[in-house]
Amino acid sequence: MNPLGMLAELTHRCPLGCPYCSNPLALEDRADEMDTATWIGVFQQAADMGVLQVHLSGGEPASRRDLIELTRAASEAGLYTNLITSAIGIDSDRLQRLKAAGLDHVQVSIQDTDPALSDHIAGYAGAHARKLALAEAVTGLGMALTVNAVIHRANIANLSGMVALAASLGAGRVEVAHVQYYGWALRNRDALMPTPEQIDQAMQEMDALQTRYAGRLVIDSVIPDYYARRPKPCMGGWGQKSLNVTPSGVVLPCHAAATIPGLTFWSVRERSLADIWANSPAFEAFRGTAWMKEPCQSCSLQTTCFGGCRCQALAITGDAAAADPSCELSPYHSHMQELAHQASGGAYAYRGRKEGTAVPAR
Amino acid sequence: MDEPVLPERPRLAPGVRLHFDKTRGAWVLLCPERIIEAEGPASEILKRCDGTRSVAAIVDELAAVFAVDRAVIAHDVTEMLTDLAGKRLLAS
Repeated sequence: MNPLGMLAELTHRCPLGCPYCSNPLALEDRADEMDTATWIGVFQQAADMGVLQVHLSGGEPASRRDLIELTRAASEAGLYTNLITSAIGIDSDRLQRLKAAGLDHVQVSIQDTDPALSDHIAGYAGAHARKLALAEAVTGLGMALTVNAVIHRANIANLSGMVALAASLGAGRVEVAHVQYYGWALRNRDALMPTPEQIDQAMQEMDALQTRYAGRLVIDSVIPDYYARRPKPCMGGWGQKSLNVTPSGVVLPCHAAATIPGLTFWSVRERSLADIWANSPAFEAFRGTAWMKEPCQSCSLQTTCFGGCRCQALAITGDAAAADPSCELSPYHSHMQELAHQASGGAYAYRGRKEGTAVPAR
Repeated sequence: MDEPVLPERPRLAPGVRLHFDKTRGAWVLLCPERIIEAEGPASEILKRCDGTRSVAAIVDELAAVFAVDRAVIAHDVTEMLTDLAGKRLLAS
């Protein structure tokens, strides 16, 4: 069993300040980032061990001056290359050079349809206009575009509008991504969490949207965990299908795994990627089903959901080996629902800024 | 919901490509954020979706390769391409 996908966090630097950022509270420094040659070696190792798709991410991957060189190397290694970007740092000229380097697909996130609200959420003036410009440049070059619509309390009422915007930009696919509360996002949970009424409305809208756009736009939805009855099969199972490489070369089973205390992570600076995948204690910790406790241990769905998300289990129950509390079989399920129901909105905390910036109401 | 219309000369959409996975010894269709297995006849169909061949020409070629009734092949090819078109994996 070898991984199919690799998330390459080229840098943790990012010009935006999205309050739902799921990267860790403490980001890695620029000085610790792997250089071009080391990243290229990682791509080649990944391809050799059977990885098929690499997701060039961050932070903002365009903050790396060698993004084109890295993309070319990944593509020449035989990997399908997906760029996950905020659009900041990619003008049409750089995009053309990325395409020439072999870039297969671009994913751009949007915050809303209203420019002022979008820029407020992103914490960056002018971000929305630049996202639209990049999206249009991507489809203008005949490239594949996914729009990632990150959904939370301030924009969930505009779900249909965001999907319509994605369609008008020529996206082939839109991800309706309800915020996942890891890393920095967990700090903003009260501010970002939708109300139960908002979720009910959004679920009804989703059904209508699937019908309206069938055959024209693929709409994939990431479930709102706090309102779910069953957990998502996080990462397709821990150490089953994919891996994550941080800017400094640490290899994680998922991008929030470093929040779990007691795990030992190995680095591509010291060991081969194949060795890490097969033998790293962090990958071994929750691989398969032997680590499970009840209710997962005797559950017939244990190889469907793999117990859900380890990081979420830790965040809510304090035990990374517990069942994901988004499962209604978890003893913490009602506690998790209460956390959502009690959320009262409020101001966002932005990275590196004084807290208390007001959130405009839609 | 409209049935997707098959293009006259099918070709894979941008961001979609057929790839031989050397590690697993299998053909796969690499797509935005997903991977679809393309074993046996599926890969033979997909290899011919290059924008130059009509659906009928693809069926003719496969009928010459596989010892299967042409009508059966025509049905399978149409079904698979309709499914791919519905998932936006064929260029429109």
